[in-house]
Amino acid sequence: MPNKTFFWFFLPTGLAMVLFIGLPIISTGVQSFYAQHDQVVKEVKKCDPFGCTVSIVVDNEETTKIREAKPLGKFNGFGTYVDRNHLATEEIKKFWNETETFGEFVDQVTNLPFYKALIFTLTYCIFVTPNVLLLGFIIALSLNAISRKIRGPLIFGTILPMIVTPLVGSLVLFWMIDSQGIIGANIQNLMNDPYLSLKSSKTLTWITIIIYGIWHHSPFAFVVFYAALQTVPQEPIEAAIIDGASRFQRIKHIVLPHIYPVVTFVALISLMDNFRVFEPIIGFSAEGSAQSLSWLIYDNLVNEEVILFGSAAATSMMTIIGIAILLAPVLVRTWKEFKTAR
Amino acid sequence: MRKILVSLLFLLFGTSAYADCNIKSGSINILANDFPALRTFVETSKQCKGSADFKVTHSSEHNKIAVPALTANPSEFSARIAANSSIVPLMNQDLIRPLDDLVKKYGKGIQDSQLITIDGKVMAVAFMANTQHLYYREDVLKDLGIAVPKTYEEVVAASEKIRASGKMQYPYAAAYKAGWNLAEEFVNMYIGHGGEFFKSGSAEPNVNNAKGVATLNMLKKLSELSNPDYLTHDSEAIKVEWESGNVALMTLWASRSGTLLDDEGDPNITKATKLTGPATVGGGNIPAATLWWDGFTLAKNRSDADAEATFRALAHAASNKKMVADAADQAVWLVEGFVPGPKSIGVIEAVKMGAKPYPMLPQMGLMHGALGSEIVEFLQGKESAEQALKDVEAAYTSKAKEQGFL
Repeated sequence: MPNKTFFWFFLPTGLAMVLFIGLPIISTGVQSFYAQHDQVVKEVKKCDPFGCTVSIVVDNEETTKIREAKPLGKFNGFGTYVDRNHLATEEIKKFWNETETFGEFVDQVTNLPFYKALIFTLTYCIFVTPNVLLLGFIIALSLNAISRKIRGPLIFGTILPMIVTPLVGSLVLFWMIDSQGIIGANIQNLMNDPYLSLKSSKTLTWITIIIYGIWHHSPFAFVVFYAALQTVPQEPIEAAIIDGASRFQRIKHIVLPHIYPVVTFVALISLMDNFRVFEPIIGFSAEGSAQSLSWLIYDNLVNEEVILFGSAAATSMMTIIGIAILLAPVLVRTWKEFKTAR
Repeated sequence: MRKILVSLLFLLFGTSAYADCNIKSGSINILANDFPALRTFVETSKQCKGSADFKVTHSSEHNKIAVPALTANPSEFSARIAANSSIVPLMNQDLIRPLDDLVKKYGKGIQDSQLITIDGKVMAVAFMANTQHLYYREDVLKDLGIAVPKTYEEVVAASEKIRASGKMQYPYAAAYKAGWNLAEEFVNMYIGHGGEFFKSGSAEPNVNNAKGVATLNMLKKLSELSNPDYLTHDSEAIKVEWESGNVALMTLWASRSGTLLDDEGDPNITKATKLTGPATVGGGNIPAATLWWDGFTLAKNRSDADAEATFRALAHAASNKKMVADAADQAVWLVEGFVPGPKSIGVIEAVKMGAKPYPMLPQMGLMHGALGSEIVEFLQGKESAEQALKDVEAAYTSKAKEQGFL
């Protein structure tokens, strides 16, 4: 496609992207550098059905005046980014000086909300993404080998986890692993431990969420791989069969190299998706044991009646940076391949 | 024939005079939490909507919607049914209007004690009171010869005895779901120990002390006697546990007693379910519970006509003797004419024992939020009580700094 044609072809999409993705990100970025103005409070008498007390309230007249003068809030620079609820630079320095062993230091750092969330998010990505790729590929291969007659219904059954709304899917599993649910009660019986609870143990909650993640995301990988498998040329495979190549060898040397670009694509998309893991945490009511970066943003925005825009914006920006870092190796590789292909 | 006609007419006009407050215009849209008493209240106000538009959203996620919805101009809702904690963010952001004029004009049946005044201005009209108190299974306690517990120490002892008897594995229940619910249990227990959340006259946190540690230890003891999934159980979940007969002692909202004691479920359990006041803790004399009121507030960013229509409809319910008589079981109404029934015993006992109201401070929401997430690891046994409280203070401090309270 000539560059000029491409430009006009891409323009509407590009405009929409700038408008609906670019500008909000810039606005979030700006927001993250601001904090609320200092609260002006005053002492007043408050009376309710249980009696009167002298207590404090926010002085709205004064606050309105300050807000009108500076609607964005108080400039805070990277203040929000480095406070305890985010990167916690000062706390980490302190821990480094105060702790004696490295293990103790790690314990202290992973107790900070941002790092706690980051570790869960990364663990989730590391376990879910490769397993999704592997499982999706195996399912695609198996279904590709099955007689065409029953393939349709089987494909439908396989992509069901993706069709089910994430929240509903996680809720169903949540009820099953309840200590009185079918899975939870059986595990208790099996382990002979009436106090065993999948929901109260941190490790078990993590495992549950990761398994749920694999279950939910595999169909996506499967669908893409299945489509790619249809394009694998038959001649080299037949030739390989005649040469006596085993099934494994055929897959390794012919099929995989052929669908390699698709694997990269699926890996990219899954990584991005998994880094933003959120719904299962809500669905499993797992806030106590597992927090992800997306959950932190949600928590800042809704959980406390007081909305922390600055905090949420800072975490959002760091999530974007995190995704960029994660994707960098894959992107660099794709770029190199693109260059050599030209 | 004439007699029938007259009585028919009387009936017609009689009811309409009773139900219709003659509201000619305006639109009413209410945001409220979701429990039976509030549904009754809103239904009652609907009877008097006249020709005004009437919409209502009942949601247990009301806290998450309220501030954004009322910040919009015009605001999505014309009224918000709030409580002593949830009125604070509305006050902080200046989202609700003073009601003095409307109370003067249309608030005839509303008692003075129902008015929530802040700095001399009426900001809300309360209609019911609430608290968390103890529920117990009379049959189970009687079988084992256990007296009705008056302190949380006795609750622990009683639960241990029930567990040892083999009757129930997890005899105690309370809403310990990580987040708001768990923090609320901490607030209750900390107040029961005589704790103050902030250093006097400032927004500096003050929970990392001996009282805080004692609070956490008591919560932990109770959690060990609860279903192991306690960190995911909210009020509704423990109600279900109770109705399945798995629990003999429970701390639950007074406002839930209505559905707990309704005809649904095992009649034997319902019959054996008894209510008593909230327990004290650590030798203190005030109960480890907070008093709550539920009342209505009107959005500032909404036309005066809508505010007037909404106020008239809600004031109709907030002064309705028939409603409090019909729904005497659902709540402890603060409305004139309410005769407390057996289900109100929890709140009445709490008031008698001198329970404190939930602290209505501008920065309390941040403290509540920090508690809800930071004490979880202590309950899971991953962290010491002191460390958990240090984390609470640190998390609160950085949020309070961002919000400009410190």
